[in-house]
Amino acid sequence: MKLPAPNALLGSVIVGGLIIAAAVGAVWTPYDPLAIDFKARLAAPGAAHWLGTDEFGRDVLSRLMAGATTSAWISLLTVISAIVAGTAIGVFTGYVRGWADRAIMACNDALLAFPGILLALGLLAVVGANPYGIILALGLAYTPSVTRIVRGTVLGLREKEFIEASRVLGNSESYTMWRHILPNCVAPLTVLATSMFGWVLLAESALSFLGLGVPPPAPTWGNMLSAARPFLEQAAWLGIFPGLCISLTLLGINLLGDAVRDRLDPRMRGI
Amino acid sequence: MSTPPNLLDIRTLSLAVAGLGRRVVNDVSLSVAPGEIVGIVGESGSGKTLVARTVMGLTPPAIRRIAGSIVFEGRDLSSVPAEELRSLRGARIGMVFQEPMTSLNPSMTIGRQLDEGLALHRALDAAARRRLILDMLTRVGIRDPEHAFEAYPHQFSGGMRQRMMLASVMLLEPALLIADEPTTALDAVVQREVIELMVELTRARGTAVLMISHDLAMVARYTGRIIVMREGEIVEQGRTEDLLRCPQHPYTRKLLAAMPHRLPARPRPASAPVVEVRQLVVDYPGRQRLFRREPGKRALHGIDLAVRPREVVGVVGGSGSGKTTLGRCIAGLLKPSGGEILFNGRPIHRSDAGWKAYRLNCQMVFQDPYSSLDPRMTIGELVGEALRLVPGMSAAEKASRVRDVLAEVGLGEAFATRYPHELSGGQRQRVAIARAVVRRPSFVIADEPVSALDVTVRAQVLELFAELQSRHGFSCLFISHDLGVVEQVADRVVVMQHGRIVEAGDRDSLFDRPQHPYTRLLLSAIPALETTAEGGVRLKWRFDDAPLA
Amino acid sequence: MLRFALTRILMAVPTLLIVAVSVFALIRLIPGDPAALMLGDLADPANLAELRRKLGLDQSLAAQFGIWFGHMLTGDLGTSITSGQPVAGLVLAKFWISARVVLAAVLLASLVAVPAGMIAAWRQNSLTDLALVGTATLLLSIPTFWLGLLMLLLFGLKLGWLPVIGYVGFAEDAGRALLYMIMPVATLFLHEIGVLLRMARASTLEVARLDYITHARAKGLRESTVLWRHAFKNAFGPTWTLIGIVLGNLLGGIAVVETVFTIPGLGRLLVDSIFARDYPVIQGCMLFVAAVYVLVNLIVDLCYPVFDPRVTAE
Repeated sequence: MKLPAPNALLGSVIVGGLIIAAAVGAVWTPYDPLAIDFKARLAAPGAAHWLGTDEFGRDVLSRLMAGATTSAWISLLTVISAIVAGTAIGVFTGYVRGWADRAIMACNDALLAFPGILLALGLLAVVGANPYGIILALGLAYTPSVTRIVRGTVLGLREKEFIEASRVLGNSESYTMWRHILPNCVAPLTVLATSMFGWVLLAESALSFLGLGVPPPAPTWGNMLSAARPFLEQAAWLGIFPGLCISLTLLGINLLGDAVRDRLDPRMRGI
Repeated sequence: MSTPPNLLDIRTLSLAVAGLGRRVVNDVSLSVAPGEIVGIVGESGSGKTLVARTVMGLTPPAIRRIAGSIVFEGRDLSSVPAEELRSLRGARIGMVFQEPMTSLNPSMTIGRQLDEGLALHRALDAAARRRLILDMLTRVGIRDPEHAFEAYPHQFSGGMRQRMMLASVMLLEPALLIADEPTTALDAVVQREVIELMVELTRARGTAVLMISHDLAMVARYTGRIIVMREGEIVEQGRTEDLLRCPQHPYTRKLLAAMPHRLPARPRPASAPVVEVRQLVVDYPGRQRLFRREPGKRALHGIDLAVRPREVVGVVGGSGSGKTTLGRCIAGLLKPSGGEILFNGRPIHRSDAGWKAYRLNCQMVFQDPYSSLDPRMTIGELVGEALRLVPGMSAAEKASRVRDVLAEVGLGEAFATRYPHELSGGQRQRVAIARAVVRRPSFVIADEPVSALDVTVRAQVLELFAELQSRHGFSCLFISHDLGVVEQVADRVVVMQHGRIVEAGDRDSLFDRPQHPYTRLLLSAIPALETTAEGGVRLKWRFDDAPLA
Repeated sequence: MLRFALTRILMAVPTLLIVAVSVFALIRLIPGDPAALMLGDLADPANLAELRRKLGLDQSLAAQFGIWFGHMLTGDLGTSITSGQPVAGLVLAKFWISARVVLAAVLLASLVAVPAGMIAAWRQNSLTDLALVGTATLLLSIPTFWLGLLMLLLFGLKLGWLPVIGYVGFAEDAGRALLYMIMPVATLFLHEIGVLLRMARASTLEVARLDYITHARAKGLRESTVLWRHAFKNAFGPTWTLIGIVLGNLLGGIAVVETVFTIPGLGRLLVDSIFARDYPVIQGCMLFVAAVYVLVNLIVDLCYPVFDPRVTAE
């Protein structure tokens, strides 16, 4: 048995830690993340508040844990919806070809002409800043890239002889798509989903940072950083810990993503 | 008594994979005299390529030399400083690679690529170098060298690129040319042209050649001495004639026995054809461009063909001859633009009631066993899938049929739960054959079923195929570029060129008395075998004088 | 070559058209009267009627798009609700502020990351490779808004080397303008190094295993010649494409960095307009950035044959 690669190990530990923090944060935090305590305003990290408190005296650690829960489920739902929608469209257009393919891909390419975050910003202007708005906006913004990659995979698979073999056996097109095309898209989709989780988490944090994400007082790492800006000089920890959380999470996902890609799909290296 | 010093002496060379310690080349010793042409023959995994690359100092980073020395022109290359080794590369030792499509830099003009080596190793001015290059391009048969000089590799065919590759190496007049499968990626006819050009150029300049190939017949034709390798070791070496006439090592005998040979003709009852093709035409539509539609291409120009029960019809031709299109069209993967396909005397259309019966009775074996099996399914599922649409068969019957057929193709039940990536190429092709015959079809199309396989594995798979064919009695359309293989399996042969049948007839009459010049040209690339008393073979080359196209 | 260029240019037209349709549709998705949305809550009824006529709201949706598209082609993107200025002028002025930062960062990052990525690939699995890839992955994982905040904290507040808040245009004082640009450019620069280095490494690895590299070595060329003359041009293609994508993505996501460093650029304009529900400006920004993105990718595509002459043959 081969030892797991160091990047896989480190990545799993970090991502595992995040999942535990998010799970625990959903049911228990040291303090109520929303409880205001003006006596403990801007308290430095110490025994009572391990990571200090913010300008309203709210416990930073508790808020970080609650933020992890929020970010995790928003990102997860976004990735799932983008993957499901993108796969459905990608498999359909890649396998059916013809004018339907051309029309859908023309629209898809036009949507890709918006940088991802810009499209999300535009959609947020319409749907409004709330968790479901974010999921809808980011999900729509990332679906075109999934479609593109899935379609590419399907087009590659179509050239394989095992697809022709399925036709020679007399299998219908829909059976071939379901039994032979779709299962072979799983590996590249796993690779994509892993990296996408990172992109979405980053985008969600950025939107929160801009004040277009989950509205306060509910904590997210992004809006905590944004709120910390006026107090940076007195309370540097407010600006450090949330950012550290985002960076560590992204590092873990990137490492894990590289490891998954090396294992499943050596051809996608580095994208 | 003094023998001339050897140009290259490899002594007790051993190579291993770093880290794993697995030996990939073990205790190999060989020598090449100046001007001599030596062949190294072996199947994949024999280590033949690694030995050749070690001479150039171009082994992959994971390979370590653990013993032995390489002496070239009296100098031990392992103790030579890197700078000096580089001055030998290209100038004294040249190398030709297998894949003409990737061995030239796509983003550099041919002229610059050829000039590079000259500029490095020769003290000549630019004009003199250009003259030399144009001269060499003319010698290797490039029609417009001035144009080629400024052109990029993608503007030329594989055969042309391999000629340019040869020009690039021979320009520097090396003392030793290492040719690693130099023609494997080319069509049979082009193969012979390129290899004869190589032999001619090297003979003219007294360059020694180390020719590495899996193709024993090709190596035997042009070399004076042959080295046979297997699993990193040399099993036998000797003068080509002797080695062929009386091979010493069992593996060499196995290799010789694996060369395709003609079997006695089988009696064929005259009965109505199972599958018949009349005036079949296939057009590939031109691609729609922005302003115009590119002209389409007619791939098949009215093909007539009939396959009778229990008969194997071989279809041969070079690439672009339309043989694969014919197979795919009969298999129903392509819609013909004209003509008709008849099954048991009735025309077949996709909408017909007869289509389903045809679909169940016509199966196909594909070329590439690495691409023809769905990597996400087990062997049992893959073979079982073929029974999915068979009417009136219970699950138990299907399971037992799968078991039986796996045993028939020599894999056994244990393989049913494995995945394709756990199997070797030969085993995969057995699975593909099992999938094709499990339904007991009356007609099987085999498109280059053995061309991706190693020589000895190829022989086994061909034997299996012939056995299944005689047991189950299906008719077969056997498509191949390799006339040797077709000579072994086919009852009747059809020769195709440019989408037309140029000659058709019984195997014996077609191979012994070919009428069409193209058939003669194809035949000139393969040897006829005569078994010798010592258990070896003698190769006879047919139509050696056939003009090269 | 000419046909290749012409095809690529014409292929951008339908994309731009669909982009325009989607931006138009996006605002029409919002329930309510578009004219009221565009003039804000305190609109004068006469102005409202005037705008209704201008937008053709009594006509079919297709006709409305036609009118809007016609205005757009003449450079009329409407007027801002909050400031009353023409949107086109506003967007263009802000664009130059943002583009300066983005271009400088991407240019610098490419100059550092591409050679570094190629060297990492050439010494695959060595300590150099590990260090370079490790650094790149780390840089990639730090969001720009946090990196920016950390820089502000360190160089602005603790060390006091660089100005913290505010912005100076080049026209006012070029020297101080440069000083204000250092931190935003450095932030984006460090982040993009991570992205580009990994790409350059990956595409070099792809190329390094091809036969023509071995052939170049077999000619007796030096390792450095093989790397720069043979591998570079072929490996740079994918990275070149990525540079185009990165430029567009940075322009689209520039708002966060502009927020950190209080730069009055295009990103900030867009976000402020979203808060203010200034729909004509939102439309204008999105349309403009998407068009720039399409244009950048078009230029990148047109330059591609320099690295790979095969693409013109298709």
